[in-house]
Amino acid sequence: MAIEVRIPTILRSYTGGAKSVEGSGSTLSDLLADLESRHGGLRERLVDDGGLRRFVNVYLNDEDVRFLGGLDAPVKDGDTVTVLPAVAGGAR
Amino acid sequence: MRYDSLLDSLGHTPLVGLPGLSPSADVRLWAKLEDRNPTGSVKDRAAFFMVAQAEKDGLLTPGATLLEPTSGNTGISLALVAKLRGYRLICVMPENTSAERRQLLEMYGASVISSPAAGGSNEAVRVAKQLAAENPGWVMLYQYGNEANARAHYETTGPELLADLPEITHFVAGLGTSGTLMGTGRYLREQVPGVQIVAAEPRYGELVYGLRNMDEGFVPELYDESVLTSRFSVSATDALRRTRELLDVEGILAGISSGGALHAALALAAKAQSAGRRADIAFVIADAGWRYLSTGAYAGTLDEAEERLEGQLWA
Repeated sequence: MAIEVRIPTILRSYTGGAKSVEGSGSTLSDLLADLESRHGGLRERLVDDGGLRRFVNVYLNDEDVRFLGGLDAPVKDGDTVTVLPAVAGGAR
Repeated sequence: MRYDSLLDSLGHTPLVGLPGLSPSADVRLWAKLEDRNPTGSVKDRAAFFMVAQAEKDGLLTPGATLLEPTSGNTGISLALVAKLRGYRLICVMPENTSAERRQLLEMYGASVISSPAAGGSNEAVRVAKQLAAENPGWVMLYQYGNEANARAHYETTGPELLADLPEITHFVAGLGTSGTLMGTGRYLREQVPGVQIVAAEPRYGELVYGLRNMDEGFVPELYDESVLTSRFSVSATDALRRTRELLDVEGILAGISSGGALHAALALAAKAQSAGRRADIAFVIADAGWRYLSTGAYAGTLDEAEERLEGQLWA
């Protein structure tokens, strides 16, 4: 078992076109470091000095990680992490 | 109930219990029926407050032209107010929104300018900002950043909820402009210690997230993370399934985004139930299902409905 990480279209250049990749770690920060070892450059597109970038949303099993501790959010095998750009979305 | 005019009947919507979907007598779900507003959606509150504020600020003279990026409900609400107050309305709307919405807008007298489907509302916002810059005489109320949008909910939705459900523990609403969550959330947090304010954000198909780069992302100016206690991303599948449950179990014909809010509300209810805590969870029915019949959300199997919804802006 590992942690599944879903990658948005715009960042798939870092994953060789893969829609999802697998990684491991006990926090989101660990997980991103693990991914970086195989998908160089990905981490920097998601994180800057202040934590997650403004227009990046990361969901742990469909819940926004900003409310679960941000980069310190605990993750475990079997979890699904979804990365999405922040957009205005749909019908307003 | 008697009112001087249609606009005066804004708000005071019913809060109805959901005995069939609530897990127990101690963990209860409540639906705030915002489709019972003058044009049939929660957006009437924001639209009426934004126009009233602009009039107070002297921005609107008779015959003025309003411009707004909106793929539907806000446009329909603004169109009604504009018609009754003597303004012209131009809506910038992504081309992949439902046929009902376009027809309703045109019926209320608004003009519609289409923006490309790719990029969804992001693109509509960009086009509207450009048009506003080119036409300085037009007034863009701009729902994503207009303080009167959130204030409408601080002054009406919040107090209504508290009056009807003083024991409220959770408030759940769809996340779009964030006006409903910010205004209602701030009011409830001031009045109810420990209340949870939870956003249910629609998750679309890949088309909508098709930005050219991450810097083109968008966070509404009104959005303040500190008002929320959690935020869920809800897939079209889950939203559709819950929308159908609302109809099957409780007899409520709601729009698809309301199914998304119910999905988050049910997750909170399950958590409270398994922890043995009481909960009174109110969520917003933003509009009724009529506006989405042409999307096919209510016809055939769930899989068929989901397929038809792919690429559409369902909330």
